[in-house]
Amino acid sequence: MSKNIPLWEVFIRPRNGLAHKHCGSLHAADEVMALQAARDTYTRRGEGQSIWVVPSAAISASDPDQAAENFDPSIDKVYRHPTFYEIPDEVGHM
Amino acid sequence: MYSQGLIGSDSSTDETVEFLAAFQARIDAEEKIEPNDAMPEGYRRTLIRQIGQHAHSEIIGMQPEGNWITRAPSLRRKAALLAKVQDEGGHGLYLYSAAETLGVSREDLTDQLLDGRAKYSSIFNYPTLSWADIGTVGWLVDGAAIMNQIPLCRCSFGPYARAMIRVCKEESFHQRQGYEILLTLCKGSAAQKEMAQESLNRWWWPVLMMFGPSDGESVHSDQNTKWGIKRFSNDALRQKFIDATIPQAKVLGIEVPDPDLKWDDSLNDGRGGYVHGPIDWDEFWRVVKGHGAMNRDRIRNYKKTVDDGAWVREAAMAHAEKRAARKLAMAAE
Ligand SMILES: [Fe+2]
Ligand SMILES: [Fe+2]
Repeated sequence: MSKNIPLWEVFIRPRNGLAHKHCGSLHAADEVMALQAARDTYTRRGEGQSIWVVPSAAISASDPDQAAENFDPSIDKVYRHPTFYEIPDEVGHM
Repeated sequence: MYSQGLIGSDSSTDETVEFLAAFQARIDAEEKIEPNDAMPEGYRRTLIRQIGQHAHSEIIGMQPEGNWITRAPSLRRKAALLAKVQDEGGHGLYLYSAAETLGVSREDLTDQLLDGRAKYSSIFNYPTLSWADIGTVGWLVDGAAIMNQIPLCRCSFGPYARAMIRVCKEESFHQRQGYEILLTLCKGSAAQKEMAQESLNRWWWPVLMMFGPSDGESVHSDQNTKWGIKRFSNDALRQKFIDATIPQAKVLGIEVPDPDLKWDDSLNDGRGGYVHGPIDWDEFWRVVKGHGAMNRDRIRNYKKTVDDGAWVREAAMAHAEKRAARKLAMAAE
């Protein structure tokens, strides 16, 4: 095979009101063919109302080696959660 | 699966003890490994091989069933078979995508299949000679595949597990449509029922071989179990499959061609199960090594498809480049 055909990431919205969600990837020469292939590959049983395709090369991802320094600091910030605050019972649901 | 254990994989690693221990700890904690995570080379190689083999099986598996699309006995059967074969193509694509996240290209995977470096399930090297075979393949081959694939939904490698969840959702239609074909034949004329029995006679043993060699002889099982790629032994899955299948054969009113088959109360921790006769592993290895009835046809047909489609892919790329250049020129104006 001569030239490698570009890779695309596929995002599907199951129905209006929900966000597009990543569901897989595929190869296609351009965005028109990528959309057609995504329809055939990922929506054979009514899984979607809308499709996004994005060139995989266009995605920037965080480094898994830095996962600890990126995400651990949020764990000890318990004051970001509602349960951190004490409210008397008589106030009821808040 | 169709991925029947790993044929010729090399799972040796030479990373430091600390690195391997840390990785093992993640697996033991049932953490999923994602594509960009650090992983032992052996883990990566094993998965590329297994997922690639699995994908090839889906793609090659389209041939024995595709063989009957034009001859399906009714429009209902034809529509169902077309949908099933299209699904198998889809399964191949999900799996190729999962393998590619490990750093192998689709082109490489295809080349490995075509030049024989990569295997696919030996079951697809058997011919589909009668319409009943389409029923048997759906019932037994897809049935065995489901047995193998359900535990893979919990595989430690995230993209493989996610692909398997999708595949498993689609497989149950495959097995049911096959069983329904056989049910219709078995309720039909004596000749139709005989066609179903004859088909079962030919497929039963090759289907049992789909689970791979007995555990004593399977070299890679231990490491793959430790790495959370394999959850059950080949023999355990085969036993599960037989126990599930025999009652289904009884409903059809046909019999598996095993004179030694008998119920044993002591199997499955006292819940009972079927003991089966000896499997002809020489036949299995013969077919794996390329001497089954259809090995050459399968690869020749696939190569022809790849070659015949080359101009389409080249034209699509040329067209895409032209459009991109035009867009760029317009933006510059
Ligand atoms: Fe499949
Ligand atoms: Fe299937």
